[in-house]
Amino acid sequence: MADGFVFADPKLTPEPKPDVKRFHWQLWGGVVGAFIVWWLLYQILQPLAHWLTYDLLGLPIDSRLGESVAFFLYDVPKILLLLTGMIFLVSVVRTFFSPEQTRALLGGKRQGLGNGLAALLGVATPFCSCSAVPLFIGFVESGIPLGVTFSFLIAAPMVNEVALVLLLGLFGWPIAVLYFISGLTIAIVAGVVIGLIPNIERGVEDFVWQISVGENNSSAQTLTWANRLQQAGQTTREILGKVWLYVVIGIAIGAAIHGYVPEDAMASILGKDAWWSVPAAVLIGVPMYSNAAGVIPVIHALMEKGAALGPTLAFMMSVVALSLPEMIILRRVLKLPLIIAFIGIVAVGIIFTGYLFNFVI
Amino acid sequence: MVIKVLGTGCANCKKVKALAAEVAKELGAEATIEEVTDVKDIMSYGVMQTPGLVIDEKLIGAGGVPTKQQMQQIIQSAMV
Repeated sequence: MADGFVFADPKLTPEPKPDVKRFHWQLWGGVVGAFIVWWLLYQILQPLAHWLTYDLLGLPIDSRLGESVAFFLYDVPKILLLLTGMIFLVSVVRTFFSPEQTRALLGGKRQGLGNGLAALLGVATPFCSCSAVPLFIGFVESGIPLGVTFSFLIAAPMVNEVALVLLLGLFGWPIAVLYFISGLTIAIVAGVVIGLIPNIERGVEDFVWQISVGENNSSAQTLTWANRLQQAGQTTREILGKVWLYVVIGIAIGAAIHGYVPEDAMASILGKDAWWSVPAAVLIGVPMYSNAAGVIPVIHALMEKGAALGPTLAFMMSVVALSLPEMIILRRVLKLPLIIAFIGIVAVGIIFTGYLFNFVI
Repeated sequence: MVIKVLGTGCANCKKVKALAAEVAKELGAEATIEEVTDVKDIMSYGVMQTPGLVIDEKLIGAGGVPTKQQMQQIIQSAMV
């Protein structure tokens, strides 16, 4: 997750312009205007996709190609619109959080309560897996227990706004909420379990304990609403720039599945009755690297064809939470046995959740 | 001045480096730009997010790419 540049010394923050008041009104007016345009666009998507496919392109109704194209033309703008709106909102909220503040909040918290707080903050704090190493060292050096640190590191990539928006847009809110709660639960439980391993500190590379972390008191930055909105706008552009292609490709694959794969083709492979489908989905997901943006449209289409919710969500969780590149990044601060324990514990958590989904729905 | 970009080679680190070079050149600042990629060195400045920006051993900020306007102000105030 990208986020705005934060000045170390608040005094260095650029002075607000003299005409800040007028600027402010323009900004809020812009936000309201953008929302109205957004809402109107959202309303005309379905008829527009229908018109484009069947009238403009002249594809026959009920044809496979027609169904695929209409699906694609409706889903791509819908998901991109949803992403734009939600990422902007989340980015505004995130301007109130920073890793430094999160560290201060978690300092002195013990296992248990600390894990819960860490998982929640993992969702709210701006985080990019490329910053995982400095963040890990910063947390550990300031005395935050390892298990609590892991709860943060598991929740941050797994329960992210892109995943939640896509689940909300394609599957509806009950599944998005279910995913949110189970993601948090896995992060909390896995963190607690890791914290219970005896002599867990030995699993961390020795140099981590010898690093002296410099002083940085940059947390006391006060932003104006104009700053926050501008920063959120910039973040939204950055995130969208990164994920839009995955979304388009994911939906294209999904659209092809939607139109061409026969009904119930997936029932025997990824259905409820195949007991091995959940662990298999997790195993396949670990070495795969994609973000939620690319995976969710595909699994949505697979579910239409009879795949059960359990293995599909388990697959998605293992793709986003246990990616090989992130493990390689973490290997710089964690010894191999701890990495393996980390992957194993999270994988077991995801498998358990997958069965639970099958059982509940 | 010595401008250091703290980061382990992420895309944004390269952007910060390029932006600093561009702005320093425009403002006619005599600057050498270095990349700090070693985790131990990065942590010694107390950042928890990359990229970080350090000028003459003073941490200016971290966690993203500053706007061009911000970078101009940063380098200008470091020139005085």
